[in-house]
Amino acid sequence: MPLDRSWLREARVNRSAVERRAATLGTRRTVKNDWQAAWLLKAVSCIDLTTLSGDDTPGRVRRLCAKARRPLRQEVLKALGAEQLNITVGAVCVYHSMIEPAVEALEGSGIPVAAVSTGFPAGLGPLETRIREIEASLAAGAQEIDIVIDRGLALTGDWPQLYDQIRAFREACGTARMKAILGTGDLATLRNVAKASLVAMMAGADFIKTSTGKETVNATLPVSLVMARMIRTYRERSGQRVGFKPAGGISAAKTALVYLGLMREELGRDWMEPALFRFGASSLLRDIERQLEHAVTGRYSAGYRQPMA
Amino acid sequence: MTVAEIFETMNYGPAPESTATADQWLAGKGRKFGLFIGGAWVDPVAGAWFDSLNPATGKTLSEIAQAGQTDIDAAVAAARGAQPGWAKLGGHGRARILYALARLVQKHSRLLAVLETLDNGKPIRETRDIDIPLVARHFYHHAGWAQLMEREFPGQEPLGVVGQIVPWNFPLLMVAWKVAPALAAGNTVVLKPAEFTSLTALLFAELCQEAKLPPGVVNIVTGDGATGELIVRHDGVDKIAFTGSTEVGRRIREITAGSGKHLTLELGGKSPFIIFDDADLDSAVEGLVDAICLNQGQVCCAGSRLLVQESVAEAVLGKLRARMEKLQVGDPLDKSIDIGAIVAPVHLQRIEQLVARGIEEGAELWQPSWDRPAEGCFYPPSLFTGVSPAATIAQEEIFGPVLVAMTFRTPDEAVALANNTRYGLAASLWSENVNLALDIAPKLASGVVWINATNLFDAACGFGGYRESGFEREGGREGMQAYLKPAWQGTAARLRGPLPVAQAQSCGARSSSARRQHRPNRQDLHRRPAGQAGFGLQQRGGRP
Repeated sequence: MPLDRSWLREARVNRSAVERRAATLGTRRTVKNDWQAAWLLKAVSCIDLTTLSGDDTPGRVRRLCAKARRPLRQEVLKALGAEQLNITVGAVCVYHSMIEPAVEALEGSGIPVAAVSTGFPAGLGPLETRIREIEASLAAGAQEIDIVIDRGLALTGDWPQLYDQIRAFREACGTARMKAILGTGDLATLRNVAKASLVAMMAGADFIKTSTGKETVNATLPVSLVMARMIRTYRERSGQRVGFKPAGGISAAKTALVYLGLMREELGRDWMEPALFRFGASSLLRDIERQLEHAVTGRYSAGYRQPMA
Repeated sequence: MTVAEIFETMNYGPAPESTATADQWLAGKGRKFGLFIGGAWVDPVAGAWFDSLNPATGKTLSEIAQAGQTDIDAAVAAARGAQPGWAKLGGHGRARILYALARLVQKHSRLLAVLETLDNGKPIRETRDIDIPLVARHFYHHAGWAQLMEREFPGQEPLGVVGQIVPWNFPLLMVAWKVAPALAAGNTVVLKPAEFTSLTALLFAELCQEAKLPPGVVNIVTGDGATGELIVRHDGVDKIAFTGSTEVGRRIREITAGSGKHLTLELGGKSPFIIFDDADLDSAVEGLVDAICLNQGQVCCAGSRLLVQESVAEAVLGKLRARMEKLQVGDPLDKSIDIGAIVAPVHLQRIEQLVARGIEEGAELWQPSWDRPAEGCFYPPSLFTGVSPAATIAQEEIFGPVLVAMTFRTPDEAVALANNTRYGLAASLWSENVNLALDIAPKLASGVVWINATNLFDAACGFGGYRESGFEREGGREGMQAYLKPAWQGTAARLRGPLPVAQAQSCGARSSSARRQHRPNRQDLHRRPAGQAGFGLQQRGGRP
């Protein structure tokens, strides 16, 4: 939809109140026993299993993709009675040059490859090259594109230009799923997070994502609460459903459960599925495996018992 | 349900807290409690007991003693006997014991939380995360005041023996709010918990023993309103501190008038929750739900009157309904429950009657689409719209999870509506405009004003109301002041001795400080240690 600046002017966020609500998200709801196991399985299915390192190679990516296809050990799934759920992760997320090996390794699995794009992580290259990066990644076989917004435009309040850039990325993405990384750690205020969320959604983002994972502060509950509220507001006004992806800083299984609870409370059951919710994570899967093994055996196992990603 | 089935529905499922330690403690006491007087457990002289129920299940938790006149006399005498020694212990000595009590509360926090939930019906999340931590905090804070007594309150001394009557809505927290400052200042206490909820006060008595509190400093005398009246009328008590309904508070004011007893009252409220059009509406709605649903709305300072600016009223009410629809009412021992049980069937009836009156008078009621549990005392979160100040439900304190909503157009109108109540306890106002917030806040006739927040409590912050919400404050320096008097008053009284009856009675009508000096019905001899008449003054006049 066209940029509507009145929505941005009306956006008001009280930091203290948001922090108070965020602080009790994990204490007002909890899941135990079989419910916890089921929720952890769901969390696995929502993970964008990620490697974004300077030393990534095709071999490393192939190993990650193998883990993506079989994230959990067969005995654990069997003990939970969950084999027939055919759990895989939600997607594999890599840099552009790793798309081809990933696509090849995931062939037939139904797991999409998401590519970070548009000058990830800072997003400050020439607009032209940023757009071409999307085109190149799509050509290489990526089905999802995680774009980065220019945080400077948000900080200077240049919403029209920000909107135009994201709109250009949207067009380049075509029908591919586009996630807009807001870089909330750089946006600094919750009000900026709210406004940037609205602009990204108006410009056509399919998902809004908290962070690149490379900022000093990545996904936090207060930021996520604000983004969830903006998704709800956008839905009420436009009828459109936009997904949410917290990324970076989520390494504990317990935290994953709190995020799933946040989705249920603020947005509803539909946002507890990979179509509308993803975790941008790398080490989270390991902690979930530990918790599931505990659910099944009553014991926490050593790290070497979980197959590496 | 199998894991695979839950994977589809993604329901929360049950998350029950264990009652094992609480059951064990109750069983160990034979589910029957005496009175805690003079550091020992004694049966009530008249041999009367009553049942205490779990409101979520209707099951009997234990038998509680009904204290009668002789029991109260014994408690007051024990408190009087212990008071000089407790005061002479000095600030540091009292601080050590208050600190020990704080530590013991923390050590037994899970047991206290579970017991409180069983007895009162409020969710375990609230007792675990709010009530019990605030209790510990209150004792820590007042250990500090005790330690700093001589420096911070020079020339002041304790009032003496204080009679304290606490309500059922925050049973142990109200005990802490009463006992901690009283003890810090050097007073001794005769405390009656509410008859619906005595258990945590009785466990607290055990903690007093464990902390080696000298016998008689704290006495717990359980019973109903009749027991309370015995304490209020007792001549041996220097002060009454009461938290409860305005109706009972008014009776206590009448009974104690002219008696010379110091009095503090913390009563009811119908607190306004004001949302301006420039507020963070999502956050305001979150605060509103907390304001009316915390403790099932059974809070004196509950934000029970929504005043919302007309231009954002529809948006706010829409968000509110959606939010209330997501609340969970049920087993208070379930860690995922938002709203627990109403304290007792009689109170549930009162809520239902007031709701019926609201409908009768033409207001529109909204409740969530789901049903409350069929068994036990439960009430769903409820919203009344189409309410004006003339409606009964806009003026009467419902003390349940029932919110009445009205609109306003200008800030002045908001203030007028907010103050159009006989109460004056708390107010919550929401606006992102600092000028507006700081302009409106002082205009609200409320003892507490929360800006872009609600239900913020701390031991350091004085809490209390205006008008029929009572007077004086609890917590902080002002709270300590309510348990102290200038030392010269005590000395003057001792030097002067009691006045002749006729003069004392006419003086008593004038001022409270005059009343404190002239107590026509008081036995003053026991208040003067031997040898105090060293100034060579004899008693003038006869004793009444």
